[in-house]
Amino acid sequence: MSASRIDVPPLLEAERLALQVGERWLCCEFSLSLAPGECLALLGPNGAGKTTLLHTLAGLREPSVGQVRLGGLPYAAWSPLEAARFRGLLPQQQPDHFGASVLETVLIGRHPHLGRWGWETAEDEAIARQALADVGLQGFETRDVLTLSGGERQRVAIATLLAQAPQLFLLDEPLNHLDLHYQIATLDLFRRLVRNDAARHGAVMVLHDINLAARYADHIILLDGRGGVKAGDRDAVLRADLLSQAFGHPLRRFESEGRVLFLPD
Amino acid sequence: MRPHRQQPLVLAAGLLSAAALALFWALVAGDMPIGLAEVFSALAGGEGMAADIVRELRLPRAVAAFVCGGLLATAGALMQVLLRNPLADPYILGISGGAAVGALVAITLGAASIWVDTLAFAGALTAMLLVFGLAHGDGSWTQTRLLLTGVIVAAGCGAAVTLMLALAPDTRVTSMLFWLMGDASGAARPWPALVVLVLGLAAVMPFARDLNVLARGELNARALGVSVRKLRIALYVLASLLTATAVTLVGSVGFVGLIIPHLVRLALGNDQRVLIPAAALAGGTLLTLADTAARTVIAPQQLPVGVLTALIGVPVFLFLLARHPR
Repeated sequence: MSASRIDVPPLLEAERLALQVGERWLCCEFSLSLAPGECLALLGPNGAGKTTLLHTLAGLREPSVGQVRLGGLPYAAWSPLEAARFRGLLPQQQPDHFGASVLETVLIGRHPHLGRWGWETAEDEAIARQALADVGLQGFETRDVLTLSGGERQRVAIATLLAQAPQLFLLDEPLNHLDLHYQIATLDLFRRLVRNDAARHGAVMVLHDINLAARYADHIILLDGRGGVKAGDRDAVLRADLLSQAFGHPLRRFESEGRVLFLPD
Repeated sequence: MRPHRQQPLVLAAGLLSAAALALFWALVAGDMPIGLAEVFSALAGGEGMAADIVRELRLPRAVAAFVCGGLLATAGALMQVLLRNPLADPYILGISGGAAVGALVAITLGAASIWVDTLAFAGALTAMLLVFGLAHGDGSWTQTRLLLTGVIVAAGCGAAVTLMLALAPDTRVTSMLFWLMGDASGAARPWPALVVLVLGLAAVMPFARDLNVLARGELNARALGVSVRKLRIALYVLASLLTATAVTLVGSVGFVGLIIPHLVRLALGNDQRVLIPAAALAGGTLLTLADTAARTVIAPQQLPVGVLTALIGVPVFLFLLARHPR
């Protein structure tokens, strides 16, 4: 979608990708490329296949047609652990079947960095504590995850992803359960990581809020739930007519103080 | 991995000495008083009636109880991770049901004890393959599907067991019941099972951290680089083999496989690298204590060992649960 610098391979590429679930096509063939330093938002109505697409981009699902490449190589060329050091997924839900402390839970993110017999070192623990501080949960280390509120649990999951320290963040509804303050704080956090000088990181996020997507994403993929896909630069895709058609509800575009806003009619 | 990490050496020393004490008590206690000095001399190869009793009767029985407890506790811990269900135990997927059907068929036919063992093991493996096949055994199962398939197969086996008990002549019913409740007295050959336990632990320990990740959900585990499909098949087969070995050796002793993993989890946390070996030792210790108590408390009458495991385990468990308010 954008011309990346020639010496750095794109973090993520999809080539003529199409997804089918059962008899239904979720998206027809489309291509995309995400360079380091860029942020992509996936938008679409319920059941349009945003999560399925994200899992496919994460290499956890075979595409029906086409190919996904991570760092220039197809997933088949990556070992699962190597891939886990390069890309990380924030799942939509955090199933907790057994109690565990918050710190233990965040340390799970260090798994791909440890050897077969390796135990978490003091350095891993420092990384985990820093990740907790980054999501505003310092002091929660010994709390049991089963006692956390939904928003706190979501931030623990984000901290786990930060401790995993991948270059490419794949975020499935990262704002689930978060209040307004932490919604912005979370998106700011990932934007800082993606935009920092080293420009190593990139992010793909499934969002429900069109206006936050307009504010934080460079590129948009818009699924319409009937197999149609619009993929491209933010301003090319975030148009009132395309959004209204995809979401099945009329939307109007406003501009205020240099910001674009979409409001339902 | 816990915030207050246990001292692993202290922990290992504590569990190992508890296990050793339980085993020594099992060798010392009984109708015929045998002192510690005589026990040591018997283990060192001494002669005499006391040495024979220790070597031929008490040692195999104590080792059988210990190994069976270790196998069941390990299998229970693995099943709880595999099914991500705290209520899972080694018998939940019908392994013990299959073994019981096999054993009762052999007892009905009046076969020798070696055939009871063989058919029990074959029955357990049949149940394992049946559940595996019916639940689409390529590892793509959902744990609900696996759980339901296992519970249904277990229910079918239970019906077959009840039918055989109802139809069996009175002379056979007692030995059937004793087999079903679990009985270490007949276990004369515990050593192959000990090898299975050691090999099983050796196989699972390199993957213990993968189990920690798997316990956080399949999607998380796959995204973190765990080969979930292979791991789950390996877990299922290993937990089934451990259970089948335990059930063949002593019988379907209840309670150990469910409670010991929880007990260890309450005391030490849910890190499988600590939990699995600790559960093996604690399970072995509990069953050795229970079996020794079962044959000495109202000797010469023998109590079913499963009753004793519950009598010892329930108060300990409730104490630990009360100590950890949620």
